[in-house]
Amino acid sequence: MSDFAARGEEPEVLFWVGCAGAFDDRYKRVTRAFVRILEHVGVKYAVLGMEETCTGDPAKRAGNEFLFQMQAMQNITTFEGYNVKKIVTACPHCFNTIKNEYPALGGNYEVIHHSTFLQQLIDEGRVKLEGGEAYKGRRITFHDSCYLGRANNIYEAPRAVLEALDADLVEMKRSKANGLCCGAGGAQMWKEPEPGKKDVNIERTEEALATLDGNAEALARIQGKESGNEGATPAPKQNDQSSIIAVGCPFCMTMMADGVKNKERESNVQVFDLAELVASAEGLNA
Amino acid sequence: MTIQNIIFLLVVLAGFGLFAWQVRKIRANISHGRDRDMSGDVGERLKKTLLVAFGQQKMFKRITPALLHLIVYVGFLVINIEVIEIVIDGLFNTHRILGFTGGFYNALTATNEILSALVIIAVAAFWWRRNRTEPVRRFRGTEMRAWPKLDANLILYIEAALMVALFLMNTADLKLHQVENAYLPGAYPISGLLTGLLPDNATTLLVLERLGWWVHIVGILLFLNYLPSSKHFHIIMAFPNVYFSRLMPQGQFSNVDSITHEVKAMMDPTYQVPTPPASEGAEAAPTTFGAKDVNDLAWTNLLHAYSCTECGRCTSVCPANLTGKLLSPRKIIMDTRDRMEEKYNSPLIFDPALYGPAAKHEPQEQLDKENHTLLRGYVTPEELWACTTCNACVEACPVNINPLESIIEMRRFLVLEESAAPNSLNVMFSNIENNGAPWAFSPSDRFNWADELYVAEK
Ligand code: SF4
Ligand code: SF4
Repeated sequence: MSDFAARGEEPEVLFWVGCAGAFDDRYKRVTRAFVRILEHVGVKYAVLGMEETCTGDPAKRAGNEFLFQMQAMQNITTFEGYNVKKIVTACPHCFNTIKNEYPALGGNYEVIHHSTFLQQLIDEGRVKLEGGEAYKGRRITFHDSCYLGRANNIYEAPRAVLEALDADLVEMKRSKANGLCCGAGGAQMWKEPEPGKKDVNIERTEEALATLDGNAEALARIQGKESGNEGATPAPKQNDQSSIIAVGCPFCMTMMADGVKNKERESNVQVFDLAELVASAEGLNA
Repeated sequence: MTIQNIIFLLVVLAGFGLFAWQVRKIRANISHGRDRDMSGDVGERLKKTLLVAFGQQKMFKRITPALLHLIVYVGFLVINIEVIEIVIDGLFNTHRILGFTGGFYNALTATNEILSALVIIAVAAFWWRRNRTEPVRRFRGTEMRAWPKLDANLILYIEAALMVALFLMNTADLKLHQVENAYLPGAYPISGLLTGLLPDNATTLLVLERLGWWVHIVGILLFLNYLPSSKHFHIIMAFPNVYFSRLMPQGQFSNVDSITHEVKAMMDPTYQVPTPPASEGAEAAPTTFGAKDVNDLAWTNLLHAYSCTECGRCTSVCPANLTGKLLSPRKIIMDTRDRMEEKYNSPLIFDPALYGPAAKHEPQEQLDKENHTLLRGYVTPEELWACTTCNACVEACPVNINPLESIIEMRRFLVLEESAAPNSLNVMFSNIENNGAPWAFSPSDRFNWADELYVAEK
């Protein structure tokens, strides 16, 4: 960003990388995938680099309003310095905070989540999704992030992106407005869960796996219904081709990937971010 | 005016007067909450009220209870017209005063009868859903103590009794007119089938008709006065509650303005903290951050507590609750109401607390009455920290209650006033403070992701 400023230019959009995008080894791959897409279509973008700092989302959700506002003010000052107007980010938490909570502190921007951004690129024909990996026939299920879906009513954009992949999109029982949290929101990412029967991400992963396996019996078990006792429980029918849990959030990514690992299904179920799927369908390997 | 009219007048006045008195108490309770400006957006709010409250929009996510509820709800609306007639008849010694409307009256009475029969069926189904050995999951839970359970069933019994009284009145009236060969305005598809059950004696029939009539109207007045003690108050409060619901995106949490001033003053010494509008005489009380007790919550959060139907839809979708944690958003809302009534000692007609101390609620941490508050006395920090702020409870609530707001306010109190966050969260806070990220990474590593990538502009 400072390079642009030095040249007296202004980028089209600011790509807000977010802490996870910058530090989490797995999510760095998503950051790179998204950057490759941006460069591929020739969007003039910039990143803040070391001038970026936490939006304050986890502090705010945990009740530390003071810390949140300190962070927010700092970021708003940075944005003002570069006259930022449009921000794109791959993190629904950053997206929600900058879009909805910064205005009360004087920061008004056009904020876009990368799922919407990708959908726009596809709609405009700037991303064609050919030349790379083909997803035809592979099963994909999308896990709605709370801060994208219920918090901001974005349900269609990620699905439009996945449909463009020409994959076999299957919906979990709890999806869209009824989606189930991955368990990491509200600052849960940074603490041990409270004692209970199981962790939220396991519950959600079980649901995702049952959906991908097309296993009604397993689904019914998750819904808490009594399954018929006739005969032995049929072994879950697993796909030969590996299927995908698609996410649009770094926390969901961590939670679902941990869940898949916990269920020992890494061999045939992978967790990918929307940007990674688009990048590899375009032949832009991150 | 006969003596009967005068007695009736007194009964009606007492009924409505008592109700008004109770409502005033509740109003006072709610107004102990913090100010929150909810004016404006009238059009949008009315539309919401029409859809969600009148239109039952959010009920239709689950079809069986939605249909059952719709029957009782429509029955309630239609019966109100009948109540107008009963009140006029009772005051002026008339009989079925609306009878002159002919076709309309036929339609009214017939609809009423059919709906009443359906209501009895619906009530039976509701009862079954709650009382069979394995009730619907959301009707269980730690907060569903003796009183909430009894309350739910009482409502069903009263509703059924009111319908039975209505049929007694109609059937006796119909038969009386048949015996006397007189004409009775209205159409009675159900009572017409029941006449055989009653004796032919005119006097007995008259007595039965009067009995049904009095039981019906007195029952309605009693029910009306029972509402403020009950979860059934939602039939009234759902409307203002939906009207005053949040219009912001669900992900947007409230801003704490007092902190904004402090932060601005810290960053810019010349910043002038705007003086609050000169409050007459009273020293501006030092405000606490977040909520410790009910009066620290916004009045809308208190309104929520009186609108809650205790249906448990919020809890049944809560990821924390689903996976066995202590948190139940319904409990947070019910605790708020219990605490309000304890603190402000709202004298209700049917005081549920009289039903036994453990009937409503057991304080989580046994403190003396003076010192226990909503937080800690009712709601434990463990419950609060289990929330993922996922908004599922907010989405699920059929009357637009927002348990998450109260949860966040209490978390704010724990963090800002007591520094009582779980240790790992304190680590996260200091990471943000020192490194600008919730993890312990150095800000200078922020660009490392680009190492494996050729980026033109850095
Ligand atoms: S916001 Fe909190 S209380 Fe509400 S459903 Fe989600 S985890 Fe449960
Ligand atoms: S808060 Fe809403 S969803 Fe929860 S029990 Fe009360 S009325 Fe039902």
